[in-house]
Amino acid sequence: MLATLRWVIQRDATLAWRGRAGVLSTLFFFVIVVSLFPLGVGPELNVLRTIAPGVVWVAALLASMLSLERMFSHDYADGSLEQLMLTPQPLSVVVLGKIVAHWLVTGAPLVLMAPVLGLQFGVPPGALLTLLASLLLGTPALSLIGAVGAALTLGLRGGGVLVSLLVLPLCIPVLIFGAGAVEASITGASAESHLSLLGAVLVLALLFAPWATAAALRISME
Amino acid sequence: MARRKINWYKYTSPANFYPLAGKLIPFFAVLTAVLLAVGLYMGFFVAPPDAVQGEAYRIIYIHVPAAWMAMFLYLLMAVYAGLGLAFNARIWAMMAAAIAPTGAMFAFLSLWTGALWGKPMWGTWWVWDARLTSTLILFFLYLGFISLQSAIEDTRRADRAGALLALVGAVNVPIIYFSVQWWNTLHQGASLRLGQKPSIAPIMLTALLIMIAACWMYSITVTLMRVRNIILERERHAPWAAELQGELK
Repeated sequence: MLATLRWVIQRDATLAWRGRAGVLSTLFFFVIVVSLFPLGVGPELNVLRTIAPGVVWVAALLASMLSLERMFSHDYADGSLEQLMLTPQPLSVVVLGKIVAHWLVTGAPLVLMAPVLGLQFGVPPGALLTLLASLLLGTPALSLIGAVGAALTLGLRGGGVLVSLLVLPLCIPVLIFGAGAVEASITGASAESHLSLLGAVLVLALLFAPWATAAALRISME
Repeated sequence: MARRKINWYKYTSPANFYPLAGKLIPFFAVLTAVLLAVGLYMGFFVAPPDAVQGEAYRIIYIHVPAAWMAMFLYLLMAVYAGLGLAFNARIWAMMAAAIAPTGAMFAFLSLWTGALWGKPMWGTWWVWDARLTSTLILFFLYLGFISLQSAIEDTRRADRAGALLALVGAVNVPIIYFSVQWWNTLHQGASLRLGQKPSIAPIMLTALLIMIAACWMYSITVTLMRVRNIILERERHAPWAAELQGELK
């Protein structure tokens, strides 16, 4: 099972690496959205510092929505998804592999980029570390929850907008705890409780999402 | 003597459920009208004004039932959706699809009346309090369910995809209820709690419970009416439905 998992991750990461433009566009989208806020709100560092956690987190949420549709649609279009579903390995393991690969190519760059953007917003160094930790725990959860929506809307017209409509409400707890952790850290409180809750959400999502996504794929491919 | 058993499975067939629903609707409609009239009369004329909030509290007779129904209907929808997935019978999925618009309506109503109540009590139409926010999320979940179902043309896939979404979203409903205890902010604590003495006067409680019953009956009536429409729409090519439509013309 681990071999299957590693194989799927490798395959998807290779495919993503060969079509780099898609991966980079998500990252640029994230950077641009975050950089728009100072232009809209004004350059005062005090204001920016208070809105920074929310802005970075909402931008990360939107960026991860943007790339969700791609998680299954290419494989669906060229028929390889059907072949993957016919393999004797459990579908939820295959799905988990695809989700991990999706996070590696879209989520992980956001996590690495976020502290730089945080610096632009005048976030103190201690809180930058919390930002990094919260995104590290939160973005995999976003990919996991989003996978269910991506599988449900597979092959539908206007699927890209629909998937956001379905998934965004479900992602709200992640947003609350993630932004809450950074905010607590900026104001000098302990971010531990928020991070623990975020970890709990991740564990729950890790437990249920691959299974639900596999069920959704079976419904969509019927 | 052998007891005669009602064959409940019979009614999972749309062709048999359609006339049953037709017979039940007048019964529940009358109940709705009576309970609504009694509940509103008690709420607005019999119950005394509140010691702190004066007359403005009377919106509770709409607000609380609407908020409850929005949550219960979501759970009920998820249960029907789960039954539909488990037993693969169309009628359950049709019921889930029929409940969704009513649930969305109640969620909207509870947000609307909440805003009207918040203005005189807290001085603002809207606060980002846990329960308000989670009701808003519930409303979004209903909208997501309805738009997913209407985006998929194949009804079988629409039913099953919607069912899965409803089950995933049902995880959210307990969070709504416990959010009061988690992030207790501006919103007053729950007025009714099982196992505890209710914190409002008995007459107010009676009126409130009657209003809740009225909203239940209303939901049942409207859901049955809507499920009849859905059955007719989907089964229009079945002989019995075609015959019925011939009669209607």
